[in-house]
Amino acid sequence: MSCLATNDWICGEYLRTRSQELTDATLQHVGITVVSVLIGLVVAVPLALIARARPRFAGPVLGLTTVLYTVPSLAMFSLLLPLFGLSAALVVTGLVMYSLTILVRNTLAGLQAVPAEAREAARGMGYGPARLLWEVELPLALPALMAGIRMATVSTIALTTVGSIVGRGGLGNLIEDALPSFFKAQVLTASVLCVLLAVVADLLLLGLQRLLTPWTRIRVAGGAG
Amino acid sequence: MGVVSEAWGWLATGANWSGDGGVWHRLGEHLYVSGVALAVACAVALPLGLFLGHRGRGGALAINVSNVGRAVPVFAVLALFMVSPLRNAGYLPTIVALVLFAVPPLLTNAYVGMREVDRAVVEAARGMGMSGGQLFRKVELPLAQPLVMTGLRSAAVQVVATATIAAMVGQGGLGRIITAGFNTYNTPQVVAGALLVAVLALLVEAVLVGVGRLLGPGRPAPVREDRGPLRKTV
Repeated sequence: MSCLATNDWICGEYLRTRSQELTDATLQHVGITVVSVLIGLVVAVPLALIARARPRFAGPVLGLTTVLYTVPSLAMFSLLLPLFGLSAALVVTGLVMYSLTILVRNTLAGLQAVPAEAREAARGMGYGPARLLWEVELPLALPALMAGIRMATVSTIALTTVGSIVGRGGLGNLIEDALPSFFKAQVLTASVLCVLLAVVADLLLLGLQRLLTPWTRIRVAGGAG
Repeated sequence: MGVVSEAWGWLATGANWSGDGGVWHRLGEHLYVSGVALAVACAVALPLGLFLGHRGRGGALAINVSNVGRAVPVFAVLALFMVSPLRNAGYLPTIVALVLFAVPPLLTNAYVGMREVDRAVVEAARGMGMSGGQLFRKVELPLAQPLVMTGLRSAAVQVVATATIAAMVGQGGLGRIITAGFNTYNTPQVVAGALLVAVLALLVEAVLVGVGRLLGPGRPAPVREDRGPLRKTV
């Protein structure tokens, strides 16, 4: 008797016969996550720069993103339904709102933690505002920014599953489809893949962070020795 | 703006508030599972977090439980419960899932709150001859309180949001108004349900911020970028 017929939790036959379906769902999941975090980043960095340059805006910007963050995802997606209909754009827009909160806060915290001496030294060497930002402030804020990107990515991967309410939830779609027939192997496989995706994404971003900020490791190594 | 006025119309219709599928009944379910889950989570996580923080042990567990919690989708956990025998146990699968997602912020913040109490203050208290219990009650607990409240707020918002997702696996709560609207292509009802859920979450947040200020020693809990309120899994 096959494990599909007996509805086992773990089923090799399921993996073999539905590999295409699993791949498609995983790709949709990754696509939605990557697009959401990238758009979040493109919006968050300028917002953080504005909030820093004009402290008057900092309060409202942080307040608004916190309010958005408090709205549960199912409600967020539902509120966007009249604007976007049943589309991937709806899910991406909702997820961008959430990643914004984390990214704005971390970028702002990173920029504010840049030592004043570093800024002064760069100005003394004749750096203009743009070069100061690009060559001194952003690199020094990078560890905080990368920490934000990692957190935003991991929670976006988890939240994408809720997109199955409009049929665009990546692996969440497989979970939803499996519920009416209590299809254990499909629910378990899709759930495990979600967690694996989050772990792999976190490790890849950690690796990227190390590549981009080699000086942080030298300092740690020097301090230890 | 047509949908907004239609959603308002849905909310203004008395019939939508009464009966088994009505707003009052769904709100009651929502508050019941949320309240029970939050109470259980507090009873488990707060003593553990405070004790580990007091003893200065188990930090890796207390911190990492939050990171792991963030990577696990609420929808997946609820779905796993609903394809297991637990599905026949009424509200139990929802409550267990809610507890699982409420424990990490409570545990992490209680632990961090205790650990971040100024060591000089702790040493001074010991020097004055305070016992471990006195130190815990009179020094560490009051100083850790703002972060413990941050954890409670974060857990409460998490629980209210998680209870919404329960509707996606056929469990009760306010989310059912949304899913029922999706099933019948009734967009005004979807928006009306979403407004109710969003208002409930924001109310819970606002009330707990207020409670924290009333209890607190006059300074708001610091916003933590790396842990605490910023953990979204639902």
